[in-house]
Amino acid sequence: MNISRRQVLALSAGAAVFAIAGSNTAPAFANVEETEKRIAEFAGGKTPETGKLTLTAPEIAENGNTVPISVEVESAMSGDDLVESVMILADGNPNPDVATFNFTEASGVAAATTRMRLAKTQNVLALARMKDGTVYMDKKEVKVTIGGCGG
Amino acid sequence: MATPKPRVKLPKSASAGEVITIKTLISHDMESGQRKDKQGNTIPRKIINKFTCEFNGQPVFSCDMEPAISANPYFQFSAKVNESGTFKFSWVDDDGSVYSTEEKIEVK
Repeated sequence: MNISRRQVLALSAGAAVFAIAGSNTAPAFANVEETEKRIAEFAGGKTPETGKLTLTAPEIAENGNTVPISVEVESAMSGDDLVESVMILADGNPNPDVATFNFTEASGVAAATTRMRLAKTQNVLALARMKDGTVYMDKKEVKVTIGGCGG
Repeated sequence: MATPKPRVKLPKSASAGEVITIKTLISHDMESGQRKDKQGNTIPRKIINKFTCEFNGQPVFSCDMEPAISANPYFQFSAKVNESGTFKFSWVDDDGSVYSTEEKIEVK
């Protein structure tokens, strides 16, 4: 078989494109729809409101392996004005779930801090569910320099 | 891996009804199940999936964790103390092991 230089170049270019497309689809990154689904499940049919809940995350995270995040909800933490749980989601990770904090009256204040992994630049979402069923949401975009997934 | 060593920081004493801040850290790889070894085999997931804090047997705070939590999980949260007692902290591993530690607090 006689293959010209031009044909070889065309073939290898095609192969390269295929390889890139293949590696892009390999890690099934969570999409926004999956995140929306989690929000709907958590909110139980209600539309999340803004306010009361504050999510603190860095604007730029140099290392996606440890990104400090904090959540705080304004609440008296007694009677009906009680935060039951706060869910953290990340819409660009392989799996949008991050963590769920469960508070009680003995918590005193509905605030928590932890460190999370971010695979790439994406939105971090926090949802708080009160005892009376109200759901609050806050969102922050975090730019990630080095991703924190795989290796 | 060595047995995870929990570390907890909280004040030794407080006044009644005071809201105190508790910081916890435990050494754990939190293997996400996403990484591959040199042979290209996926390293199985092994994380701490639950953390709980109790005061005198009453739940104070708990957290359900997913692989997106960083290695050596760190938590900072609050607790309202009305009486002297003991805080019990427990971490539950994917393999079922429970690592726990206790701290006393005195209310003046």
